[in-house]
Amino acid sequence: MFVLEARELTKHFGGLKALEAVSFKVKEGAIHSIIGPNGAGKTTLFNCLTGVTRPTRGSIHFSGQEISRLQPHEVAELGIARTFQNIRLFPEMTVMENVMVAQHTRTKYGLLSAVLRGSSFMSKERAVREKGFEYLELMGLEDHAEALAGNLPYGSQRRLEIARALATEPKIILLDEPTAGMNPMETLEVMDLIRKVKGLGKTVILIEHDMKLVMGISEWILVLDHGVGIAEGSPEEVRNDPLVIEAYLGRETTH
Amino acid sequence: MKGVVQDQARSSRKSIAQRARESAGRSVMLRSFFIAAWAALLFLPFHGIRSALVLFAGIFAGLPVMQSAMRLGGPGEWMQRLPGFRAFTLRSFPFLRTSALPVFLLALFVLPFTLKDYYLDVLVMSGIYMLLALGLNVIVGFTGLLNLGFAAFYAIGAYTYALLNTKFGLGFWPSLPLSAVAATLSGLLLAVPALRLRGDYLAIVTLGFGEILRIVLNNWDSLTNGPNGISGIAPPFLFGISLGSLNFYYYLVLGLVLLSVLIIRRVKSSRVGRAWIAIRENEIAASSVGVNVTRYKLYAFAFGTFWAGIAGALFAAKMRFVSPESFTFMESVFILSMVILGGIGNIYGALAGAFILVLLPEALRDVQMYRMLLLGAGLVLLMIFRPQGILGGRKGVRIRG
Ligand SMILES: Nc1ncnc2c1ncn2[C@@H]1O[C@H](COP(=O)(O)OP(=O)(O)OP(=O)(O)O)[C@@H](O)[C@H]1O
Ligand SMILES: [Mg+2]
Repeated sequence: MFVLEARELTKHFGGLKALEAVSFKVKEGAIHSIIGPNGAGKTTLFNCLTGVTRPTRGSIHFSGQEISRLQPHEVAELGIARTFQNIRLFPEMTVMENVMVAQHTRTKYGLLSAVLRGSSFMSKERAVREKGFEYLELMGLEDHAEALAGNLPYGSQRRLEIARALATEPKIILLDEPTAGMNPMETLEVMDLIRKVKGLGKTVILIEHDMKLVMGISEWILVLDHGVGIAEGSPEEVRNDPLVIEAYLGRETTH
Repeated sequence: MKGVVQDQARSSRKSIAQRARESAGRSVMLRSFFIAAWAALLFLPFHGIRSALVLFAGIFAGLPVMQSAMRLGGPGEWMQRLPGFRAFTLRSFPFLRTSALPVFLLALFVLPFTLKDYYLDVLVMSGIYMLLALGLNVIVGFTGLLNLGFAAFYAIGAYTYALLNTKFGLGFWPSLPLSAVAATLSGLLLAVPALRLRGDYLAIVTLGFGEILRIVLNNWDSLTNGPNGISGIAPPFLFGISLGSLNFYYYLVLGLVLLSVLIIRRVKSSRVGRAWIAIRENEIAASSVGVNVTRYKLYAFAFGTFWAGIAGALFAAKMRFVSPESFTFMESVFILSMVILGGIGNIYGALAGAFILVLLPEALRDVQMYRMLLLGAGLVLLMIFRPQGILGGRKGVRIRG
């Protein structure tokens, strides 16, 4: 039922408490959102979940295993994929190659078979390419398969990040502000794509700045403020939570 | 607030690349200063103040050039738009893709019958450097790890054959793979601790390794005969017949270069090569899609130094003589220049770079004194006007709108 659980997750950068005893459970096959103002610790939370940074305290459990000490590539192999808030594609590789590298842990062969190119190698490579193409199609990038990723327009780069994360064949996909910098049209498209991702049976965790945007799409929301989880629950519960209104919406009106 | 957020995101979108470039520029200057100073201090006791100063100036000026070559994607957009610029570059040299390939290979095959020995000798040397450049290109070009001590692995390959042959009477053929393995193992030995270091520090460690190895070769008289080197190395034999002729070396080197191009090409377009390039492009993203970054950097080191070992054994067999003098820091810089000149990460670029940098000094023999200066100036100009090298820089399909 729950695929991922964080217990008392804490991350300090020197004196700065980026995360302070955050606990939550993630339900399989649902869309979850993490919201909170700038610097609330959302990206830090993703970094902890994916092994990019090591939490100061606390534990993370994923399909019955403690993963907070694992390396990023081990976490990826277990089945957690992510996108980055500041886009991190492989710009000098083609769009297709970007989704091909992402299947690194799902297709295994050694140096020797890469050199000899036997029939098993060829069929594995063909499968990697076909799979890659499917993910590009899903994200509407199939026309740009042979373009360099760095040459894609901004919105397409964000979608390629999602395609690449999907290509690692994860159980859970973490999306860090996938609509940042997009216009309202593109934003709506991405929200549709996220529903499609859920339709593939993936569990989604979404970081969003814009509270209104996540209300319609999420089944469960966690609100972070100054590294502390101040509220969690259904969109209804969160919307009406006085702490959230003060910490998050309250600030919105002062802007 | 929504507006604020969007503005913020938009402005950060616009300036990320710009800001990165600015701050990179500043820190590159600072870092190359420290690296240059450190390297110069290391050299001071061995080579005196003058060469230390030269080294300082060289590294201080050279590192930013190299780094900008590795980081910046393209040349000035305006240059690309100049009419005829594309045709001018070698990128679309036809023989690589068309049916001209067999003709080209045949030409390479009959070349020894038409050339004077002197030219053949130059070609054999350029072939050996092609193997070196191809190997270094895997480390620097594919994986993005700066290695300033590549000549050390060349030396290990050469000395392995020299010692196996003169001390144990082992022939060339069994020694060739052993030289390659020795270079690979030493590459791994260096890489395991060195890969904990990032970027520029890795460059320093590899530079230091090269120097230490050279000094060891110079001073371990009982094994390496010190600066006098090892002479009397046997040429290859086949069925008891000596194959010491220049023609034979030409075909041997040609075969090995073709074989290495084939192998490296295949590895490049496999999950291994894709993992290497992903590491170069963005290390954090590479690890986040499941690439074991440390392991694949090790693979790159092992695979790249393998070819240096092969080149070393060839060199020892051809020269019949090895001495530490052939494996200086300048040699490492020379090989790196080939990779940069041809286009970092481009296999055919490495071939072209090696060919040009071996041929050019020979062509400039009459102006002995100035040839290094000319070469240096040429490289600097290239870096300014075409930082991705002669054949470097991927184009990909253009995008409309
Ligand atoms: N590597 C780091 N070293 C030091 N401080 C850090 C580091 N990473 C994040 N922080 C700090 O931790 C806090 C939380 O940052 P984080 O990036 O997680 O916030 P966020 O909720 O993702 O914000 P945003 O909405 O702006 O993306 C911030 O104060 C940030 O400056
Ligand atoms: Mg963030």
